[in-house]
Amino acid sequence: MLSQIVSALVVVFVAVVACSAYFYFSNKILDLALPVSDGDVRAASRNLNRRAVIRPWLFLGPALFLLFVYLVYPVVATFILSFYDRTGLQFVGIANYKWAIGDREFRQSIFNNILWLAVVPAACTFFGLVIAVMTDRIWWGNIAKSIVFMPMAISFVGASVIWKFIYEYRGGNDVQIGLLNAIVQLFGGTPEVWISVPFWNNFFLMIILIWIQTGFAMVILSAALRGIPEETIEAAVIDGANGWQIFWRIMVPQVWGTIAVVWTTITILVLKVFDIVLTMTNGQWQTMVLANLMFDWMFRGGGDSGRSAVIAIIIMLAVTPIMIWNVRRANRELKGH
Amino acid sequence: MTAVGSYFKIGPARLFVHLAVLLIVIIWLIPTLGIFVSALRDKDQIVVSGWWTAFVGSTQTVAVRLGTPDQQRQEGANYVISGNVLEGQTGRSVKAFGNRVQQPAAFDAGMTADLGDGETLQINSDGSYRYMKNTAFSPDERPRRIYVSVSAPPEFTLQNYNTVLTGEGIGQSFINSLTVTIPATIIPILIAAFAAYALSWMEFPGRALLIALVVGLIVVPLQMSLIPLLRLYNEVGNMLGQPSKTYPGIWLAHTAFGMPLAIFLLRAYIAGLPKEIIESARVDGASDFEIFTRIVLPLSFPALASFAIFQFLWVWNDLLVAMVFLGTDKDHLVLTGSLNALLGSRGGNWEILTASAFVTIVVPLLVFFGLQRYLVRGLLAGSVKGG
Repeated sequence: MLSQIVSALVVVFVAVVACSAYFYFSNKILDLALPVSDGDVRAASRNLNRRAVIRPWLFLGPALFLLFVYLVYPVVATFILSFYDRTGLQFVGIANYKWAIGDREFRQSIFNNILWLAVVPAACTFFGLVIAVMTDRIWWGNIAKSIVFMPMAISFVGASVIWKFIYEYRGGNDVQIGLLNAIVQLFGGTPEVWISVPFWNNFFLMIILIWIQTGFAMVILSAALRGIPEETIEAAVIDGANGWQIFWRIMVPQVWGTIAVVWTTITILVLKVFDIVLTMTNGQWQTMVLANLMFDWMFRGGGDSGRSAVIAIIIMLAVTPIMIWNVRRANRELKGH
Repeated sequence: MTAVGSYFKIGPARLFVHLAVLLIVIIWLIPTLGIFVSALRDKDQIVVSGWWTAFVGSTQTVAVRLGTPDQQRQEGANYVISGNVLEGQTGRSVKAFGNRVQQPAAFDAGMTADLGDGETLQINSDGSYRYMKNTAFSPDERPRRIYVSVSAPPEFTLQNYNTVLTGEGIGQSFINSLTVTIPATIIPILIAAFAAYALSWMEFPGRALLIALVVGLIVVPLQMSLIPLLRLYNEVGNMLGQPSKTYPGIWLAHTAFGMPLAIFLLRAYIAGLPKEIIESARVDGASDFEIFTRIVLPLSFPALASFAIFQFLWVWNDLLVAMVFLGTDKDHLVLTGSLNALLGSRGGNWEILTASAFVTIVVPLLVFFGLQRYLVRGLLAGSVKGG
């Protein structure tokens, strides 16, 4: 174990040095290759211009390389693969897409995904906003915020273990050690195996993600709320508005843009969510979602690259509108500066 | 007090707000608290009582045997066997006792129970008992079996941690996770910072397009990349005669997947640095490389820190990338992976699961609470601006 720690540290060191060395030496070489000496003024100014043309690409090089190899190329390659058979060698046209439409499990996943998309971003944004408004009013609000924000640090797998313990069911006359069943029993209900109740089990899984993500929504919305000019609210108070009216008529419209950002971010997260379903049910009991179905097909029976590629493309299609919206927003911002 | 806050100072709803926030905080804390407490409990206690009873102690019903007939003493007309059912156990007390398994708590401690056949039994809460019969106990009689409800004080142990760290591969996975996470946190910062500087302060054609590309790539689902990259890794691995699932492979993957967000966040910060500083440095003859390393990098520390925390949490908590690019063999399994494996293989052993879960979340929690301020700042730089 010690040797692994030492080798890991060595590797970290080497990687960082190599990385720094690339930037240092590539810039050095550029300066040497295109010298700016005092002797020849025309050559010097020409070289200076050339340096200015080349240098940005030295700075951007590694980042662009990684972006293209790991993100741009795969989007294209996955699209092409979706028209090929399981081995990726035989062209099969739209057969994989046809399969997807006819597949019960695929339709189940789409249905569940829509359910997730409808519930989780809305719930996180709503709770996040409400908690932000309330914690902003009290002196120990920051402590409360830290606690609500804390699950952000916990892995989805860790969160799954935490919640599996809450949902734990014990048969027969055993004492219920899962909190939910203990509470149900306390109020005279019958304990259940919550994560295998069809349809409703989806919501028990969503609760985990809501628990994790509400803190994120809260932090961002809280910052936006602080940006509301004090006069606006004071004016409303003088006009006799009550808390409810202030919340819905003044605060919500003022932070509408931020709400959209938070909503979008969580929507993207939901589409990618994989770990929770894998660890809680592995897609059993009708809880499959697209990301897990895709993973499943990637390795099922040695892997079917065509079908899993189709599922990846569907996920990609779902985020494309968000992507376009994001790029437009960024462009507007750039021009606005 | 903020603008929003000052209004509510006067409302009568203040008490309600305090209570509501308190309730939310409790709801948010309880799940995690459950595993923290359970991981510290004795494994036999976890299965017989809910973790929320751990603080008040537990009551267990145990079967004990009273003393043997050869211990009997004659007291007047009666014969008495006495002793203590809690022999050698400190801090516990008897709540109730009974002589039949159907009613293990038929009599309260201190009561004298009539067991029939002229026998009586009294057990006090300190465990001492008097078992009395109006005739002599016959020597071949077996010691009497009775049931006592023993209340034990709250008891906590580190045994579970010891078990998972040494026996369940969690220790090894912890090291694996660190091996994955540290380079995958440091390398992308360096690369993204250079790129962000170029996109902020260097003039070149196509700059706006590149920025748009970066923004667009933020939302590309990871799932898109898996199949082509897996193929690419296999080919490169074959070419180099190396296995395709290696640490450098996953470092690069995490570096690349974190890159769009890194560039986006750092660019937002670096582009906001005061123009005068950078231009006066240029006038003084500093090259871009010098400006970057001497001025921009030190000034961007808050943004770098916030992204570092993000990337650290993201990589440490990742399961998908590690499963695909590092594999699930013992030497490479990361913490999230081994926790997931334990959920499959040790699903009912909550002492193992809770302790393992704690080990996996302790590092991110420390990072989180230690550096929360920076994390929040980074979040806000990326999301609220212009929103």
